[in-house]
Amino acid sequence: MRREPLLNGVLALALLAVPLAAWALDEPFVITLATKVAILALAGAGLNIALGYGGLVSLGHAAFFGIGGYAMAVLAAPVQNFDLLMSWPFEVPGTKSMPLIWLAAMSAGALAALVIGALSLRTAGVYFIMITLAFGQMLYYFAISWPAYGGEDGISIYVRNGFAGLNTLDPIQFFALAYGLLMAVLALTHMMVRARFGLALAGARQNPGRLAALGIRPFSLHLSAFVISGAITALAGALYADLNRFVSPSMLSWQTSGEIMVFVILGGVGRLFGPVAGAALFILLEHWLGGVSDYWKLFLGLILLGIVLFARGGLIGTLAGREDAHD
Amino acid sequence: MTAMLLIEQALNGLQYGVMLFLMAAGLTLVFGVMGLINLAHGSLFMVGAFACAAVAGATGSFWLGLAASLAAAAAAGAIVEMTVIRRLYARDHLDQVLATFALILVFSEGTRWAFGSFPLYLDIPAALAGPVTLPGGLEYPLYRLVLIGVGLGVAAGLFWLIGRTRLGIRIRAGEADREMIAALGVDISRLYTIVFALGAALAGLAGALVGALQSVQVGMGEPVLILAFVVIVIGGIGSIKGALVGAILVGMTDTLGRFVLPLALGTVMSRSDAGAIGAALASMLIYILMAVVLVLRPGGLYGRA
Repeated sequence: MRREPLLNGVLALALLAVPLAAWALDEPFVITLATKVAILALAGAGLNIALGYGGLVSLGHAAFFGIGGYAMAVLAAPVQNFDLLMSWPFEVPGTKSMPLIWLAAMSAGALAALVIGALSLRTAGVYFIMITLAFGQMLYYFAISWPAYGGEDGISIYVRNGFAGLNTLDPIQFFALAYGLLMAVLALTHMMVRARFGLALAGARQNPGRLAALGIRPFSLHLSAFVISGAITALAGALYADLNRFVSPSMLSWQTSGEIMVFVILGGVGRLFGPVAGAALFILLEHWLGGVSDYWKLFLGLILLGIVLFARGGLIGTLAGREDAHD
Repeated sequence: MTAMLLIEQALNGLQYGVMLFLMAAGLTLVFGVMGLINLAHGSLFMVGAFACAAVAGATGSFWLGLAASLAAAAAAGAIVEMTVIRRLYARDHLDQVLATFALILVFSEGTRWAFGSFPLYLDIPAALAGPVTLPGGLEYPLYRLVLIGVGLGVAAGLFWLIGRTRLGIRIRAGEADREMIAALGVDISRLYTIVFALGAALAGLAGALVGALQSVQVGMGEPVLILAFVVIVIGGIGSIKGALVGAILVGMTDTLGRFVLPLALGTVMSRSDAGAIGAALASMLIYILMAVVLVLRPGGLYGRA
């Protein structure tokens, strides 16, 4: 009956155990792969708040992912160039401190989500999908044509940013950071879903009319969920940029939006650990199919198609059964 | 001098706009009639371009290539509709987005498999090469002028088809009430296949025509697809008239913005800064246009919402 919490526990432990085993066996590549899963799952967890719990089908979350990545590069680049972040009206130095970068990335992501959400949420359904997609493309083309931050070439940050007390260049320590953030975000999401806000949000998804009759405006709920969602995805973007030590406009491209959405749907929409299962499956498929054929995306496409057409509810839905019916 | 350039850019904008219309018309028809959001529409654009380039390369005739592009795109559309898309009509938009995203992967990688990663080149047919002199002394490429004519001609044909023919009546009836026309004895699933193939053929035609102006390569469809989305959001989803007006608006805004903004900024700042900032702003202009339209009319210019 209650198979989902058990499955969540297994997933959380597996994502921890695999890199630990790889660390013991001295396989840094596997640790990096696991770190990638944790970070992409975090991006998916952000989207899941809008998509799964809020019912807002955003095809523009690459915007927030990329904003997080660029926030990291914009703050860290002045340090490696012995420059200042801004010199007027007062002098601000750049920073290599991860917590500060995370804060900046989340603030920038939240602000962008506030603006994009306030405009996009005037519409619903298919309009919303297309508009979020278009806003994502707007930032993508802006990043390509704005010359100050590398344009099409992106920016390399040669040394990974620091976190007090840790050596972030050690793969297992950087993994621990990403994993810790992922678990913290999932725990907060779990609490949020059960809090008044989460219940009202579920109400707005299931029956906006009834919610409005109760005196709660769906618009403010949706906008709050969208902003939280954008901030978390931006945090994942900052981590992802730190993992690769590189940002480029491709983080903002609409394929990235599609992939983040694929993580959520592969794993299970509106399931707490759906993005974790989805990102893990995606990275495994990428790794495994990529070794089989250069055209691995063709097979990925066919697998995705099969999942959408025949296995609804994603991995978690297939393994743990349908969600418990409420009321 | 600047006036001449401005007219030339306006014509380029119009040409860009009517090609966007060919894409947007199919998208908006499919959404209006079947309620389906099709991300793979850009792949059909690519299929048309590749079919044209391959057949034109093998036979030496652009016109055969053009016919092949229409046939290939319509056939691809019909096959995809019958195997995949048909199962998605009753699903929510999320499933439609994911399934058509998967179709893009299949189309793009399949094309890369068949044709390789290098772009193909498609020459403008000899009869349409070279410039013509327009009244006023402006020299303008004949091919682009023909594209404007073809685009407007297709638009007129589409208005006639939707407004004046039996098929058009059925399409409009399908938009209004699909159960009712099915009850009246219209084979609804055949109608859907026809509408989808029609939209696909228009996308394929656009791909072949535009393919002669740029290189034919994998992934060429997606930027156009997203612009077509912007077009139908501006015009109002489901409205062919909205698609035409939106497409020309987007084509003009984009082309003229790229030309005018750097010039205008050049009057207040240094030339290189103006070029860079102008280009960055110009690339955002159509999205700003879309945002403004949405704030004023959330359902688009000709939308029903």
